[in-house]
Amino acid sequence: MNLASVDSVYHSNSQPAVIPVPSDPSEPSVQLSIRNVTKVFTGKRDFFSKLSRKTTRDFTAIEEISLDIEPNTFVSIIGPSGCGKSTLLNMIAGLSEISSGEILLNNRPIQGPGPDRGMVFQNYALMPWMNVEENIRFAVETVYPKLSPKLMARSIKENIQLVGLVGAEKKHPHELSGGMRQRVGIARALAINPQILLMDEPFGALDALTRGFLQSEVERIWEQQRKTVIMITHSIEEALLLSDRIVMMTRGPAARVNEILEVPFPRPRDRETIDQHPAYHQLKAEMERHLFRETRAVEESRIR
Amino acid sequence: MTISNPALVEAKKQDSESFWRSENAKAIGLFVISLALFLAFWELGANMKWFAKGMPTASKTLQELWWWSTHPFFDNGPNDLGIGWNLLISLRRVAIGYTLASIIAVPLGILIGISPVAYKAFNPYVQLLKPVSPLAWLPLGLYIFRDSELTGIFIILISSIWPTLTNTAFGVANVNPEYLDVSKTLGASRLRTVFKIIIPAALPNIVSGLRISMGISWLVIVAAEMLLGTGLGYFIWNEWNNLYIPNILVAIFIIGLVGLILDSLFAALEKFVAFGRKA
Ligand SMILES: Nc1ncnc2c1ncn2[C@@H]1O[C@H](COP(=O)(O)OP(=O)(O)OP(=O)(O)O)[C@@H](O)[C@H]1O
Ligand SMILES: [Mg+2]
Repeated sequence: MNLASVDSVYHSNSQPAVIPVPSDPSEPSVQLSIRNVTKVFTGKRDFFSKLSRKTTRDFTAIEEISLDIEPNTFVSIIGPSGCGKSTLLNMIAGLSEISSGEILLNNRPIQGPGPDRGMVFQNYALMPWMNVEENIRFAVETVYPKLSPKLMARSIKENIQLVGLVGAEKKHPHELSGGMRQRVGIARALAINPQILLMDEPFGALDALTRGFLQSEVERIWEQQRKTVIMITHSIEEALLLSDRIVMMTRGPAARVNEILEVPFPRPRDRETIDQHPAYHQLKAEMERHLFRETRAVEESRIR
Repeated sequence: MTISNPALVEAKKQDSESFWRSENAKAIGLFVISLALFLAFWELGANMKWFAKGMPTASKTLQELWWWSTHPFFDNGPNDLGIGWNLLISLRRVAIGYTLASIIAVPLGILIGISPVAYKAFNPYVQLLKPVSPLAWLPLGLYIFRDSELTGIFIILISSIWPTLTNTAFGVANVNPEYLDVSKTLGASRLRTVFKIIIPAALPNIVSGLRISMGISWLVIVAAEMLLGTGLGYFIWNEWNNLYIPNILVAIFIIGLVGLILDSLFAALEKFVAFGRKA
């Protein structure tokens, strides 16, 4: 594959692949800054809810989370089920309102969703009536309405190549396997050239083999583009294979960041050999301990 | 409509072409045998006077069916009109009333479905008017229009508007929220979201609404025409006045056949817009 061309259409900061990118001094050292962010889901207490006895209380999903993310890092968020990972990611995406605190992207507070953040959905969220190419075209056309047809076609083609879907351009999502659908989801998110890629359990709906294969693919793609990624996952191995940093969240309600792990493994990484790194098992054990403790607390609080 | 058993469908996929063929062959065989038995029973029963007085034999009815279908277009005045003309008259009324209804129902349904407030606010009207029998509108139509032709069209319109309207509004209101999230994260305009996401996403619902509406139109026109003076409904009414049962049975068969064809067209359209979704 022609690596240079992948980045060339409208990627202004076209960078050589594989070689680690020295951070540009003019760029802010923090790309995304989450500052004291709290999310409260307000309960229903209006007249109609009272009438039907369906009032609910306010629910603080996450409380006072602060997190800085540098450019070109791959960050994973891991935490017990229901702790508020999706809520946090949706706030970064601008799909969910921030109750208090702020999220800054390049020092500007985010207000609502925007194409500077690309989103990959757990259930792919492909339009069933559009084929692979049309799904990607919809995204590119929406974000770059003035792009010439030639450049448009080129960028679609390059992103299809990037995720390895050449030959499936005219297929509709229902004709594709889950793994292939998520490739389309990734291609669509990358095609708009976002500054940050947000992924909410991107491989959660896939079987173990496909999952492993797609993880390697994401690792390969990430080596090429080195885009800032925030990925939610439930898999410790997945986080260790892909991330530069792993954010571990505590259980909800009022979830917080418990600890941030640095993952020092050199890149490119290989799922076969990554566990030979001396720190691998120690990191893994630490994450297991954390997740086990939090999950047990969640389950116990349910029983009581 | 085809009857499909999920287990059989699975087996069909695994098995070779020949199984599929033999299943169809069996179904056709069963159909032919049951039809032959039915006709034989009918012929025998009518000859032996098992049924009501004046019940024609199967052979007599088939003869009439043959005659009417080979002489569809003749015109000896409104009480002696070829069945082809009557069919065209009915179809024309349905086409006009149904098209008008769809032109109103689809855009209105989209508008109502897009806004949760409008959805809740207009729901009572729809729920109240939907279950009203179409024939209840007949006197009102005659009073307003003082014209049987317009009244017929009015009845079709008023009775076929509801399924399309409710299905469209439902489809639009229940678009998979993830599609809308995609649209939002891309920063798509409201208009683009409506035309590129919401309407295509709701299309299976819209088409199944249109299909139900078409079925209702075809049901209603026959009933309404009994009181209106021309068309297939009037044909039946006229033959009832003549007390000639074979022609009534012929008309019933033709009405059923046309209804079947119309429904199949919409079934095909439903399949065409489904893209793997269940319609
Ligand atoms: N719209 C909402 N209204 C009220 N509560 C909500 C809403 N959305 C989420 N929650 C609650 O907020 C908490 C966090 O939800 P969230 O989906 O962010 O968790 P998660 O960490 O992504 O879980 P999972 O690992 O299962 O995906 C949950 O307890 C959930 O019940
Ligand atoms: Mg989640």
